[in-house]
Amino acid sequence: MYEEPILQVRNLQKQFGTGCIECRQKETRKLVKNFCKSCGTLYACQDISFDLYPGEVLGIVGESGSGKSTMMQCLYFDSDVSSGEAYIHTPDLAGKNIFEMSAQQKRFIRNYVYGMVYQNPVQGLKMNFSSVGNIAEKLIAAGNKHVGQMEATSKKLLENVHIPLHRMKEEPRNFSGGMQQRVQIAKALSNNPPILFLDEVTTGLDLSVQANVLDLIKGIQRDLGISMIVVSHDLAVIRMLADRTIVLLNGKIIEEGLTDQVLEDPQHEYTQQLVYSLL
Amino acid sequence: MKTDTHFAFFDEGSKKEIRRAIIKAVAIPGYQVPFASREMPIARGWGTGGLQITLSIIGKSDVLKVIDQGADESVNAVSIKKLVHDTTGVELTEQTEEASLIQSRHRIPEVALTKDQIIVLQVPMPEPLRPVEASELKTKTMHAENDYSGAWLMLFEQIMKYGKTATAADHPVYVNDRYVMAPSPIPRFDNSKLHESEALILLGAGREKKIYAVPPYTNVESLAFDDYPFTVEAFEDKHCHICNSTDVFLDELIDPQTGETIHQCNDTSFCMDQLNKKVEEEAQKSYV
Repeated sequence: MYEEPILQVRNLQKQFGTGCIECRQKETRKLVKNFCKSCGTLYACQDISFDLYPGEVLGIVGESGSGKSTMMQCLYFDSDVSSGEAYIHTPDLAGKNIFEMSAQQKRFIRNYVYGMVYQNPVQGLKMNFSSVGNIAEKLIAAGNKHVGQMEATSKKLLENVHIPLHRMKEEPRNFSGGMQQRVQIAKALSNNPPILFLDEVTTGLDLSVQANVLDLIKGIQRDLGISMIVVSHDLAVIRMLADRTIVLLNGKIIEEGLTDQVLEDPQHEYTQQLVYSLL
Repeated sequence: MKTDTHFAFFDEGSKKEIRRAIIKAVAIPGYQVPFASREMPIARGWGTGGLQITLSIIGKSDVLKVIDQGADESVNAVSIKKLVHDTTGVELTEQTEEASLIQSRHRIPEVALTKDQIIVLQVPMPEPLRPVEASELKTKTMHAENDYSGAWLMLFEQIMKYGKTATAADHPVYVNDRYVMAPSPIPRFDNSKLHESEALILLGAGREKKIYAVPPYTNVESLAFDDYPFTVEAFEDKHCHICNSTDVFLDELIDPQTGETIHQCNDTSFCMDQLNKKVEEEAQKSYV
């Protein structure tokens, strides 16, 4: 019952701008949404804390500009945090704040512990390299120097995400959006990461392809028991995937709980609005 | 127009700056040291990096050889030789053994270099990671973090496409187990000559404003996967049609008269040497 979380995030803050006398104090700051009118500083993430447990899918919902993607970028080290702590509970990383680690250690975490699927495949894939090459890139980064092994692993992964093998040497730029997204998922899974980030993975895909990708993610989660953080503004996606859900508004967590609970019986005014505006 | 220039064309301040960059490059094998590439009387991309190194380290007692793709007589080599000779008055040679300083475009001579020699290579593209990453800031970070997956990925892609690594020249190397370096577009055949070289190897990229070096007796290893070992161009059963040499880098030519494919030494001074030796031997024989 008292499981230890695999990822702990404490007081994550991310601001764009230096801040001024009026907005530096967390308790008394007056912001228009997340924006300080007197100095133009934007508080994208304010005091975000949560735990991610092994094998769990954590959903994060919120409107555009609520800080979902910024939070993901901070966790994946794509951008630096302003302040805050995060801990990964694996034997060699336990007890150390990952935000304060050296660039090499961060790269180690990205290569061995994390997998990331971006909303836009252009960010996660090298569009002018073959699909096999894209997957191999992550394997090479993790120290693999055997072409035969890497090719075999890549083939298996691409098969798992239903990419026809006769197209595996093609560049992802020739693929449809849904296929690109699936190559990205295969790449993210190549090193069996314990933690997988999914940033709006189905946004922009048509409904049947969306169902396909979601099915795939669900299957992966069931078979491999990977912990996932799923960011989406689509409540249907969250309902289908997430065990627990966090609602973000203006960079703050306003509600969290079991997905069913949050969606069936929303407490916060904004969540109520969000749930009932579902068509 | 003929003006009386300073010794070796450059003012002493410029030489000092370039020498500082060279010393740093020697101290960190394979690391690309930025330097203020000067405006030269030849266009960038025509060997200005090599020329700037040559001019800033040359002394009055040096003997200079300049090669362009293995040839001593090509226009580029001759022009560079003329410029250096006009501004320094140093002796010029075509014999690899006689030279104390060799500036070369895309070849390392067939004759093994000695500890008393320095070879300067002209580099068009010093960054081995550029094809995977366009940003200089990012490639610098990748070097700093020893993140060379991009360089490996390029080789992997070639194996996927062609079944083997397809770098004709400029096959990336690991220098001193630390930095991945572009060895300038020398053929793979010459990569082994970088390893534990007795001569100091300096590389200059004028357009890209970088100097780097392989100091004598440094480990230089060509990048290769476990199951796809590094191979050089093979010239099995082939020999130079002029001097009959084997085990050298050969150019493939087509005889305009017969339409036949013939091979010829790429290193012209080496070829000439072999011919001279043969003539001498025959003269010796007929004398007896």
